[in-house]
Amino acid sequence: MDLIEPTLEAFRLLFTGDPQLWRIIWTSLYCSTLAIALIAPFAIALGFLIAKVRFPGRRALVVTVQGLLSFPTVVVGLTIYMLLSRQGPLGFLRLLFTPEAMIIGYMLIAFPVLVVFTLSSVQGADPRVYETARSLGAHKVLAAWTTLREVRFGVMASIFNGFGRVVSEVGCSIMVGGNIAGLTRNIPTAIALETSKGEFAQGIALGFVLIVLALGINAVLSFMQGEGGMT
Amino acid sequence: MITTTPRLCLALAAFLVCSAPLQAADDIRLATTTSTENSGLLAQILPKFEAKYGAKVRVVAVGTGAALKLGENCDADVLLVHARSLEDKFMAAGFGSARKDVMYNDFIIVGPKSDPAGVRGSKDVIAAMKKIAGSGAKFVSRGDESGTHQMEKGYWKDAGAQPQGAAYVSAGQGMGQVLTMAGELQGYTLTDRATFAAYRDKIGLEILVEGDPRMFNPYGVIAVSPQKCPGVNNKGAMALMDWMVSPEGQQAIAAFKVHGQQMFFPDAKPALKPAA
Repeated sequence: MDLIEPTLEAFRLLFTGDPQLWRIIWTSLYCSTLAIALIAPFAIALGFLIAKVRFPGRRALVVTVQGLLSFPTVVVGLTIYMLLSRQGPLGFLRLLFTPEAMIIGYMLIAFPVLVVFTLSSVQGADPRVYETARSLGAHKVLAAWTTLREVRFGVMASIFNGFGRVVSEVGCSIMVGGNIAGLTRNIPTAIALETSKGEFAQGIALGFVLIVLALGINAVLSFMQGEGGMT
Repeated sequence: MITTTPRLCLALAAFLVCSAPLQAADDIRLATTTSTENSGLLAQILPKFEAKYGAKVRVVAVGTGAALKLGENCDADVLLVHARSLEDKFMAAGFGSARKDVMYNDFIIVGPKSDPAGVRGSKDVIAAMKKIAGSGAKFVSRGDESGTHQMEKGYWKDAGAQPQGAAYVSAGQGMGQVLTMAGELQGYTLTDRATFAAYRDKIGLEILVEGDPRMFNPYGVIAVSPQKCPGVNNKGAMALMDWMVSPEGQQAIAAFKVHGQQMFFPDAKPALKPAA
């Protein structure tokens, strides 16, 4: 089968600004970014607390959160589906098959990733940073902020990972979003659909966009974290 | 020697079994729709053909659009699909060397018990689609270029109307998922009878429109052209096609039942004129 022709067609679709294609790209970008932005503060705070505070059951919590990293996204999807279904306890919200349902799913998928990566980078940090900040009279929150700034590359890595996981995710997106054209169809679900239709050009175009999107977001965040990112 | 002979035979047999290539040269690659595979039809009729012809049929079950694409790309020898206009295009482009009618099943419109568009009991699919479009009620479309989707698009065209904006939900998924979605959204959808039978109890939708002859869903069998695809197993493809439209094949199709109900109705016509 010919690969060159669909690839050229893919570029043509992208640069002629095919509205359906760009709508799909927007859905992916919007849902993934918003989900990460909403969940990151909580997940990073939890990761920091688990790293710094000793409490009963801490070990079990760490094991649980690490285990959740391998949780299949379809199971997250199924859980949300059952909650939001007409027969489910939250059915009255009428959220099933909406972008909001996808964002909820993405938040749950990204949560353990962000927690675990933050946890490990805080644990790897020099404990004297926190202690010094405290001894200089900083409040606990400020000392925590100082530590997180010190390990910002690790925290950024957690955000990259979380974003990468949700932006490339199919199972949960299709279950709770429904792959509805112009509403919840995103890059991965569109690729799955186009492939099943035999429309390989659209699939390849979207594959390119996904890669460019991932590179672009990473470049922006790397820029934001400063020169230290280069080392 | 006498004692070793059976062992030798056994070893030889094992060798032959193990060394048999995964896909024999005379295997027939059949690309077809999910409905024929998932309903269990092929599992029932193909062994009869295989026993008679002495070759294996390898089934790839995808949507009609993708099945035709497999044919265009020479990745299938024979197709069993249901989208007449696409089939005609496929033939006109020279991708197929022969096409025959095989059987049909039928479509129905299902929807919520409350039936906001008031189409219950209608026998006119076009009038019903027009009412649904005018009512503002949700309609969930396959949106995946499958045979069912082609059928639906044809009805909208004939009705001269289509639900607009959020009322038209293009799901891009299989029949089962679309039925589940229609149940969740309390919308209407077009489905084949067999899939609906399997989902009925789970989704709480009802059959509202049925029995219009325009809702018959004809299946065609197409042999991929050996001119376009020199490597294709045209002999096997023609054998399978001829068997399907033979009295024996037609009888096997009619005998296939789900919950005691016949699902596919054979309608092969005796060949009157050679295919153009």
